Amino acid sequence: MLGQLGEGAKPLAGGQSLIPLLKLRFASPEHLVDLNFIAETSFIREENGSLRFGAMTRHAEIEVSPLASKIPLLRDCSAGIADVQIRNRGTIGGSLAEADPSGDWANALLALNTEVHCVGPNGRRTIVLKDFIKDAYSTALAHDELVSEVEVKIPSKGSGGAYLAFKRSAPVYPSASVAVQLTMTGDVCQDAAISLGCVGLTAIRALEAESELRGKMLTESAIANAAEAARAAGDPQSDMRGSVEYKRQLVGALVRRAMGIAVRRAHGEHVEGGHLYA
Amino acid sequence: MESMSRGATCMPEVAAVAPSAAKIAVQVKVNGKTYARESEPRMLLVEFLREACDLTGTHVGCDTSYCGACTVLMNGLAVKSCTMLAVQADGADITTVEGLEKDGQLGPIQKAFAEAYGLQCGYCTPGLMLAANQLLGTNPEPSEEEIRHAIAGNTCRCTGYMNILKAIQLAGRNMRGA
Repeated sequence: MLGQLGEGAKPLAGGQSLIPLLKLRFASPEHLVDLNFIAETSFIREENGSLRFGAMTRHAEIEVSPLASKIPLLRDCSAGIADVQIRNRGTIGGSLAEADPSGDWANALLALNTEVHCVGPNGRRTIVLKDFIKDAYSTALAHDELVSEVEVKIPSKGSGGAYLAFKRSAPVYPSASVAVQLTMTGDVCQDAAISLGCVGLTAIRALEAESELRGKMLTESAIANAAEAARAAGDPQSDMRGSVEYKRQLVGALVRRAMGIAVRRAHGEHVEGGHLYA
Repeated sequence: MESMSRGATCMPEVAAVAPSAAKIAVQVKVNGKTYARESEPRMLLVEFLREACDLTGTHVGCDTSYCGACTVLMNGLAVKSCTMLAVQADGADITTVEGLEKDGQLGPIQKAFAEAYGLQCGYCTPGLMLAANQLLGTNPEPSEEEIRHAIAGNTCRCTGYMNILKAIQLAGRNMRGA
């Protein structure tokens, strides 16, 4: 149908970003194709060591899903996106396809092994998340192509992660967000993934911060070095959410805090993560 | 009020670009009663409820998806009716503030807001009561933290939130007969 209608048509998922954009006349598609009436697009399944989320799975469904809680970072993210009303409508597939630089899912999922399954008139294809999101509001999707599923590998035992986002109030996008996934053997960090949101045109992997941790004991100085490297990795803009320097400070603080939670979770503790309010 | 909120949020050239689209039949059940109406595809659910169904209890506050004054339940879940198109609600079961009363009397959430002084001007109150309705439906004895999480999408500009928290706790107590 999107193919028939041409480039003036836009798919409508949860609508919690698109409808506000339509109201502001920032988007004015000729046609909207509502995906909400298509059956079998909202589900959470475990298959071959991965969790698979149907594109139209709502944030609120992920928030309360026992399956999704196998990856605590996903619960952190889903439980704090905007507010209850928006989580009841907004979808994981829509969030990725929107590719807002401040969107929560694109950043949370970048710290995990995530693949985006897409479907269109030419068939299906699977794209790793870092190649799926091209730029701010721009993805690898063709205009007649849709996200069908989001597949996330379940991290190994001994791996712990956390997603933390700082917001000025519930309904707004975060000022900065971080996702951390650490694989630990005792006090030694075997592997690390750190991604940063809202501080660039897309979510960014803080590769230098990760290498500060990989293969090392997580001493106070290793953590400080990683936080400093993450602080430097972001490329924030000054805006109503804060100055460049403020956002860098925020990233450093969030990374430190998220690492603390990730380590405790890697050791099997139950710790709260998620969104923090001003 | 409706025209004021539109004037405050829309840019002046909007009227000139308004397309004329064929109307689409929409049938929704609101507070147990079926409404079959026609709607322009671009009409928001909140406008449909207020203008086509004449149910003006649901308010337009910010019209930007922020404030939650327009919150209604759709199939039991709280949604911002300014951030949905009316045509998307076709076939749905909607509850608005008018549906919270029982047999012509205030329902338990409404009574609790009155008794605990959970409102001043009352503009945000319908939205808050419906957000509270979703919470109490699944969690009849919420902690203060849980209430704060559940109403984080509803903005009150005059009362502050202390009496609202008390009202929702009181409603929970009354509903479970404690």
